[in-house]
Amino acid sequence: MQKHKDKQDTPETDEIIATEALTPEELAEIWESDAPAKAGPVAHLASSLVLVAFSLAGVIMSVNLDLGTPQTPKAGMWPFIVSIIIGVMAVVQLIVGRGGGRDGERFTKYSWFALIGFATLILLVILMPVIGFEVPSLLLCFVWMRWLGAETWRSATLYSTLVVVIFYLIFIVGLGTSIPHVI
Amino acid sequence: MDFFAPVLDGFGTVMDPTNLLYCLVGVVIGMLVGVLPGLGPAATIAILLPLTYGIEPVTAIIMLAGIFYGAQYGGTITSVLLRLPGEASSVVTVFDGYVMAKQGRAGTALGIAAIGSFAGATVSIIGLTFLAPLVASFALDFGPPEYAALALLGILLVATISGASKIKAIIAAAVGLLLATVGRDIFTGAERFTFGNLSMADGIDFAPLAMGLFGIGEILYNLEDRHRAVSAPIKVKRVWPSGKDIKQAAPAMGRGSLLGFFLGILPGGGATISSLVSYAVEKKVAKDPSRFGKGAIEGVAGPETANNAAATSSFIPLLTLGIPANGTMAIIFGALLIQGITPGPQLIGNDPELFWGVVNSMYIGNILLLLMAIPLVGVFIRILRIRAAILAPITVLITMLGAYTIRNSIFDVFLVVVFGALGYVMKKFGFEPGPLVLAFVLGSLLESNLRRSLLVLEGDLGGFFTRPISASLLIVFVIVALWPMLKSFIDKRKTNTLAVQVETEKEKV
Repeated sequence: MQKHKDKQDTPETDEIIATEALTPEELAEIWESDAPAKAGPVAHLASSLVLVAFSLAGVIMSVNLDLGTPQTPKAGMWPFIVSIIIGVMAVVQLIVGRGGGRDGERFTKYSWFALIGFATLILLVILMPVIGFEVPSLLLCFVWMRWLGAETWRSATLYSTLVVVIFYLIFIVGLGTSIPHVI
Repeated sequence: MDFFAPVLDGFGTVMDPTNLLYCLVGVVIGMLVGVLPGLGPAATIAILLPLTYGIEPVTAIIMLAGIFYGAQYGGTITSVLLRLPGEASSVVTVFDGYVMAKQGRAGTALGIAAIGSFAGATVSIIGLTFLAPLVASFALDFGPPEYAALALLGILLVATISGASKIKAIIAAAVGLLLATVGRDIFTGAERFTFGNLSMADGIDFAPLAMGLFGIGEILYNLEDRHRAVSAPIKVKRVWPSGKDIKQAAPAMGRGSLLGFFLGILPGGGATISSLVSYAVEKKVAKDPSRFGKGAIEGVAGPETANNAAATSSFIPLLTLGIPANGTMAIIFGALLIQGITPGPQLIGNDPELFWGVVNSMYIGNILLLLMAIPLVGVFIRILRIRAAILAPITVLITMLGAYTIRNSIFDVFLVVVFGALGYVMKKFGFEPGPLVLAFVLGSLLESNLRRSLLVLEGDLGGFFTRPISASLLIVFVIVALWPMLKSFIDKRKTNTLAVQVETEKEKV
């Protein structure tokens, strides 16, 4: 790297120059085209409806808690007001944004990664109190590195073992925390 | 002399070796997360919340503050060298910074950014030193109606100024308010929304909520956004800014400092907006605006100064009024609450050591950052080589195990995961987690002050308008609430035809 006095020689910089953006506007455009697809009308409708349902549930439960009166508000008054706000705003959102989500992102095939990641987290929560943190953590690291991160088998094995060992040394040996562990 | 005695005592607090150490730790971590794209300062501070349980409040906040303003420095590095903004507040730095780097002036750009950041922060700290006690003394005789109005206004401003969709931000904030009501009602003792779960009786803890929404949520989100190739960073030649460069950039720094300072105080303002506004201002006042985007040094100096000034001054509303101005401040607010300290007008009087300790630590932190920023660029660039695939599980494990250590409770870890999923889903559907966390933090303050006000005013909501301060705050509230609707209506009429044109153009392509 040091020898490349003239930057034009390196392939990396050639690539950079090929995709060069000169003005902020062009750059913004490139970022825009890089950005994931917008969520779209279905996601918009679904999220609004979920919120309306959420708001209704909130209203019903608040009423059951006893609203009281404005002079002497009881436990249910405030959640009642907030639930109403959620409901009203959700309906406004439903109408105003009906053209279809200008924000949010569409789910892609990569969204599976997030779901798998979430599953490993849940697994960690379930397994940790039963068999300690070491094995579930090792599994989590390995899955995240090998499949979610496309590391090689070798580096995934190496690094995930290393990570768990270091965590063990920090949290169990060093800090003496009471995180469930087998060893 | 009365005024300066506690200020000077504050330096004593900072000079305590432990505090110095944590200040250093904070700014180094801040700089690292600034360099690494993906995890922002809010997420990092949230993830590190468990660490603050075991240390003194002053020390904890000094460290967290260091992470926050340190990230502003770090974000610059990737903007200039990789055209990849590490932080949202460094996006505009890319425009001229990267071009400067290509012209072989990377060192100049980074140097100016560091000097500007330092200048902005210093101006802002001095402003904070004088303004904060003033604001606090003004707020000392606030009653419940004023607090309720202030909290309402704060939440609304954050929801409407930042983020893409205002309606969605308000919904997120309302959900945060609702989540804050979970647990025993402090007035009547009734259990609300606990569903008979004992772990929920004391309410949802702040730490798991913030760690989930900001930390895990962001990590899960990044999992699917990792297939982006990173180009090799431009080599930094050791070119320091010359006297001429500094002279050319100085006016921009001056404007950036003032702009950032004032925008940072406003709720919902903060670093990102200040940098955008500063860039626009610099372009406007320049004799030859066409230089911008082609390596104008003011285009780096102004925004970088402004974002640091804003990051610093956004502590003012938090420490004097107890109203966090943005998502990151909301987490620091939560961290203070965890420590048993309620930020508000009484803080300066009751806990001068904490207040001035934190404020003065920023001088030290910024000096440390200035010293590190340029010589260590190479080191930070090397950090970028660590693959996200290896970093992600490490951050996840830190979060999960950290959450457990707070109360040795697996339920807390479970909550972190649940809120993590919520944070991910919110992002996918275009809801910002920031307003939710902010509203959650202010929720119980808002509710209790509202109910107290209703008791005092005997249920008469008009009473809010008979008190001058609460009345003006509420009038501002109404204006802020209605303005976007008015504005979008006007804009729509103006741009409707234009938008149609653009759309058809796009379809052709």
